[in-house]
Amino acid sequence: MTSLPTTVHKKLGLVIDLDTCVGCHACVTACKGWNTQNYGVPLSDQDAYGDASGTFLNRIHAFQVQPDPKLADHVPPRLAQTIHFPKSCLHCDDAPCVTVCPTGASYKRAEDGIVLVNEDACMGCGLCAWACPYGAREVDEAAGVMKKCTLCVDRIYNETLPEVDRQPACVRTCPTGARHFGDLADPDSHVSKLVAARGGMDLMPEQGTRPVNKYLPPRPKDAIQAPELTGDEDILAPFLAPVAEEPKGLLAWVDRALEKI
Amino acid sequence: MNQPKLNLSPKVGDEIRKTTCYMCACRCGIDVHVKHTDQGDKVAYIEGNRDHPVNRGVLCAKGSAGIMQHNAPSRLRAPMKRTGPRGSGEFEEISWDEAYDIAASWLEPIRRTDPSKLAFFTGRDQSQSFSSWWAQAFGTPNYAAHGGFCSVNMAAGGIYTMGGAFWEFGQPDWERTKLFILFGVAEDHDSNPIKMGIGKMKALGGRVVGVNPVRSGYNAVADDWFGVTPGTDGLLILSLVHCLLKAGKVDLDYLSQFTDAPVLIDARPGAGHGLPLKDDDGHALVWCRAENRPRCYDAEGVEPSLTATWEQDGVTHRTVFAHMVEKYLSADYAPEAVAERVGIPARRIRALAAEIARVAFEEEIVLDREWTDFRGRTHKTMKGRPVSFHAMRGISAHANGFQTCRALHMLQILIGSVETPGGFRFKPPYPKPATIHPKPHCKVTPGAPLDGPHLGFVHGPADLCLKEDGSAARIDKAYTWENPMSAHGMMHMVISNAHAGDPYEIDTLFFYMANMAWNSSMNTSGTMKMLSDRKEDGSYVIPHIIYSDAYSSEMVAYADLILPDTTYLERHDCISMLDRPICEAEAAADAIRWPVVEPDRDVRGFQTALIQLGAKLGLPGFVKDDGSPKFRDYADYMVNHERRPGVGPLMGWRGNGSQTGRGAPNPNQLDAYIENGGFCVAHIPEDAQFYKPWNRAYQDWAVEIGLFDKASPYIFTLWCEPLRRFQLAAEGHGDRQPPDHLRERMKATMDPLPIWWDPSSAHGGEGRFTITALTQRPMAMYHSWGTQNAWLRQIHGRNPLYVPTKLWEAHGFAEGDWARVTSPHGEITVPVAHMPALNENTVWTWNAIGKRKGAWALHDNAPEVNKGFLLNHLIHELLPPKKDGMRWSNSDPITGQAAWFDLKVAIEKVAPPADLRSKPDVGEQKSPVGKGPNQVAWEVK
Repeated sequence: MTSLPTTVHKKLGLVIDLDTCVGCHACVTACKGWNTQNYGVPLSDQDAYGDASGTFLNRIHAFQVQPDPKLADHVPPRLAQTIHFPKSCLHCDDAPCVTVCPTGASYKRAEDGIVLVNEDACMGCGLCAWACPYGAREVDEAAGVMKKCTLCVDRIYNETLPEVDRQPACVRTCPTGARHFGDLADPDSHVSKLVAARGGMDLMPEQGTRPVNKYLPPRPKDAIQAPELTGDEDILAPFLAPVAEEPKGLLAWVDRALEKI
Repeated sequence: MNQPKLNLSPKVGDEIRKTTCYMCACRCGIDVHVKHTDQGDKVAYIEGNRDHPVNRGVLCAKGSAGIMQHNAPSRLRAPMKRTGPRGSGEFEEISWDEAYDIAASWLEPIRRTDPSKLAFFTGRDQSQSFSSWWAQAFGTPNYAAHGGFCSVNMAAGGIYTMGGAFWEFGQPDWERTKLFILFGVAEDHDSNPIKMGIGKMKALGGRVVGVNPVRSGYNAVADDWFGVTPGTDGLLILSLVHCLLKAGKVDLDYLSQFTDAPVLIDARPGAGHGLPLKDDDGHALVWCRAENRPRCYDAEGVEPSLTATWEQDGVTHRTVFAHMVEKYLSADYAPEAVAERVGIPARRIRALAAEIARVAFEEEIVLDREWTDFRGRTHKTMKGRPVSFHAMRGISAHANGFQTCRALHMLQILIGSVETPGGFRFKPPYPKPATIHPKPHCKVTPGAPLDGPHLGFVHGPADLCLKEDGSAARIDKAYTWENPMSAHGMMHMVISNAHAGDPYEIDTLFFYMANMAWNSSMNTSGTMKMLSDRKEDGSYVIPHIIYSDAYSSEMVAYADLILPDTTYLERHDCISMLDRPICEAEAAADAIRWPVVEPDRDVRGFQTALIQLGAKLGLPGFVKDDGSPKFRDYADYMVNHERRPGVGPLMGWRGNGSQTGRGAPNPNQLDAYIENGGFCVAHIPEDAQFYKPWNRAYQDWAVEIGLFDKASPYIFTLWCEPLRRFQLAAEGHGDRQPPDHLRERMKATMDPLPIWWDPSSAHGGEGRFTITALTQRPMAMYHSWGTQNAWLRQIHGRNPLYVPTKLWEAHGFAEGDWARVTSPHGEITVPVAHMPALNENTVWTWNAIGKRKGAWALHDNAPEVNKGFLLNHLIHELLPPKKDGMRWSNSDPITGQAAWFDLKVAIEKVAPPADLRSKPDVGEQKSPVGKGPNQVAWEVK
C-alpha cells in the first residue's frame, strides 16, 4: 500500500468544457505524440497496421443522449444529442490507484497534486488500473509498465519551453479551447472561476475519489425561442409579424419603409 | 513520502523548423521539433505555430499525428514501372531517368500530334496554378483538379452570386457574430478555424445552429440542431426567405445600394427577355428615385429604387427585387408547405427565421469607422447584422446544389450580412466576381500551348468548350450543354469518358494525388474495371496511366508508371495568392512548405518532377532559349516564376526584400519566409476591412498589393445573368443551340433566381429507394490518407452504417447485426450501428475508411480491409437510362458537380456474412512496399 500526501500545496488539473468539445481528437494525438517522445517509455501500439491496439493516456468517448419518446411533441423539442466526452486521469485527491499500489510506484505529488507512476518501480501488476473507477490507466504492452496522464509534468515546468507553452499538450492544441489547465485549489484561478460560473462537475462523485479535474456541462440545447413557444403563431415568431400577404402589398410597404431611410 | 526526482525540463528537440501542415487541406502552421541524430535529422514532435494566421498555435488530431504519416510504412520508395497486369500491384523499381524516359516516350508524340490525348487531372493538389500552367504549356485542354467532385457548387454558386464563397473565400466575423448557422458537412473545410471560431463565439455568448441530418462534430455542440432531410436544404432556405420577406425583415438600404435588387429586368419578348437592362457600355440600369429616370447602377449620386417600374415599348420592366417578392412570397414556400419534405416542423422553421430576424435587426452592430463607397459616397459608420453562415459539401454535392448554394447566399445578402460587421467576410484575393475571372479555354494546337487557362467562368453559350461540330472539346465534357457552368471541370467523368472513347479517345491518363480507383470515384468497382479493361488485341482500353502519390494507395495498383512524391515535411510548396492562399478577412497571407527533413528514399516532390519532365519535353516556360531547363526544381520556380511582371507565386519579400505583393524576384525570398515562420502576412487597412466589393480603400489596397491591376467594384447579383442566357438558348434564342433533349431540363433548372427541385426523382427505382445514404469525413481523418497512420486508424478504424432509431426499430436491428444496402445501381453488405441523433430517414457512414486488401501497407487483419466499406459502390456516375435511352451524368445540370449525396437506398437485415467481411469483395493488390511493422513505439533518441 502506498500513502497519499497529507497536504498538497496546489491542485493542478484540467477543466473540460463539454459544451464546446466537438470530439475532434486533437488532444488525443497531441498527448500521444508528446508522451511517446517524453516522460517514461514511449506509448506503444501493437499490431499497429493490423487490428491495432495501443496505449493512450487520453481518449474521447462519444455518447448518444436519447430523449424520452413520450416527449416527442414537446415544445421546445426534445431532440437526441451527441456528447463527446474526453477522459484521462482526473488526479483525484483520494486516488485509489495510489493507495492500492504494492510497490510505491504510483504516487501523488505533494507540491501540485499530480498523480504519477514511477516507471522504475512499476512491475506492471495492473492493480491500480483495477482500482481506478474511470479506466484512466493503461498498461503499455511493449514495456510492461503502467502509463497514465502526467498532466505533462515535463511541459508545465519545462524551462526550455517559452512560458506560454508551459501547459499540457492537450490544452495547448485544443482547437475549440474546450480544455483549461490551472490550480483548482486557488479560488481566484481561471479554472476555478470557470467551474464556479458554469457549474463544473465531478465525474462520478459517488466513488469518493474527489477528482481534481472538472467537467463543464453542456448548455441546454434546442431552445430557440423556447420561453415563448405556446403554439400561437405570432408568439411563436414575434419577429415575423407579416407586413403584407401579397407581393403588391409588400412592395408598397417597402416604398413606405424606404421613405424613412 | 519518497517522490522520485524528475527531469522537468527535457529538451524537446535540437531545433524548431516552421512549415505548413498537409494532413488535410486546412494549411495550418506547424512547429516541427527536429533532433539531430546519428542517422540524420529526425522529427521528434509536431505542434501548432502560435504566430500562424490560420491556426494560432492549435492543431487538430491529424496535424498532431503527422509524425506517423511522415514515417508511414506505406511510403513509396522509388519510381516504379508496372510488371503485372493493371490492378495487381506488381511493380519494379526504376531510376528517375528511366521514369522520365518512359513518360516522355508517351507524351512527346501526342504533344506533337494531338495534345488533347493527354488527360491530366490532379486531386488534393495545393499547387493548381502551377499544375494548370504545366498543362497549358503542354497544350491539352484536359486539365482540372478535384473541385468538380468536391464542392464546385459552393465555389461557383458563391462567385456567380457575390464574388466569393465560404472557406477559402471567406469566413464569419468570429469576433462579432452572434448567430452562426452551419449547413451541411464541413468538418474539415475549414478545420481548425471553424473549431476556433465556434469556441470563441460560444465563449462570447453567441449561438451556434447546425443544419445537418447528422448530429455529430460541430452539430453536437450546436445550441440548436435542425436535422434536415438531405437534399432539401434549398427548400428550407427559401422558406426562411419567405418568412423574412413577408415580415419585411430584409435590409432594404443594403439591397438598394450594394446588390442588383434594384436592377431593371427586360420585359420585352425576344432574345433579351429576362436579362438585366444595360446601357451601351454594359452597365446595368436602375431606376433613380432622385431623378426619376433609369440610370447606371454606379452613377454618382444615383438613388436606386427597389420597387420602381419602367414602362417602355408597351411592357413594364420590373426590378430584380419585385421578381423576388413575387416568387418567394408564394405560399409554396410557407413553412407549412415545406415542413414534411425538409423533415422539420413548420413552427421550428418559423422559429429559426425569427431568430435570424431578431439577431440581424435587433442586435445590429455599428462600428465607428468612416469609409467611402465606389459611387464616391462617404459613410460615417460601418453597420452590420451579426448573423453568419457556413456551408460546404453537404449542400453542394446534390444535383440541385448550385441553386441551393445560391439560395443560401441570397439569404445572407437579403439580411445585409455579407461583408458587414458580425456577418460573413471575404478573404483576399476575394471578393472577385465571376466577370473578372478568366473564361475557359480549349483551343488545341499540335506542338503548342493551349490558348489560355483551362478553367474559368462562362457567361453564356458563347463561352462553352465545344468543337466546331458541337461535340465536347474536353474529355470530361465540362462546359458543355449538359453542365455549362462547370467551373472546376469534372474529374469524376474522366475515367468513364476515356474508357468509352466519348467524346474522343485519349492516350495517356495522368493523375496526381487522387485515389480514383477507390474512394474518389463513384462506382468504384466499375472504375477499377474500366482502368484495367482490355481491347480485343489485349492492349488496355486506356493505353497509358501515369500516377503520382507519396503512398501505396489503391490507385497506385492501376498505374503503369509511378512517380513517387515526398511526404509533406520533405518538400517545397507554395500556398500561393495565385490559387488557394491562407488569407484572413483582415489580411492577405501566403505560405510555403520546405524540406524540414530530407527524404531517405528516392522520391521527389511532384511539382519538381513536373518541372523536370516539362524541361525534358521542351515545354515553353520550362526551358531557356538554348533549350536547357529554366528551373532547377519547384523551389526555383516559386522564387523566379513571374505570372505577370512583378507578380509571382509568393507575395512576400520581393524585390530587394522589402516589397510585398509586387516586385522583382528575390533570390533570398525563401530564406525570408523560413525566418518568418513559413508565411507572410499583409494587413488590410482598418477602413478597408469591411464592405470590400464597394469600398474604395480596399479596392486601392488590392491593386497596390497586386491582387488585380485596376479597381474592380461590383454589385452582388441575386439575378444570375449567365443562367438566364442559357435559358434563353434553351428557349430557342441565339446561334449556339443546345440539343433538343436538354432543352426542357435547362429551362426548368437554370432559373436566374434560386429555386429548389427534388434531385432524387431522377434516380429511378419506382419508390423502392426512400432512405438517403450519406458519408461524412471524420475530423480526425483525411480521406483515405489517415488509414496508414498508426495513431489515427485507432480512432477511426471502423465504419459501421449508422441507422436512426425509427429504421433501427422497424428492421429489428440489434448490436452486431448486418444489413444489405441496395441502390438502383448496386448493393453492399455491411455492419450496422444505432444512432439516435440522426434524421429519421437517413443512414450514413464515415468516408473512405474501407480499404482494399494489400493497399496502404496494412495487414490482412486490419478492420478497414475486412469490415470497412465504401458507399461508392452504390453510386453510379450516370443516372439510370431515361425513356429515350439517354443516360445523364449523376451531376448538377448547371455545374456538373458530382451529386454524391443524392444517393437513395433500401436496407434490409441479413445474416452476418460467414467470413464477417463487408461485401463486395474487390480482391487484393500486392504491396510494392511490403507491410507495416507489428509494433510501433516511435521515440527519437
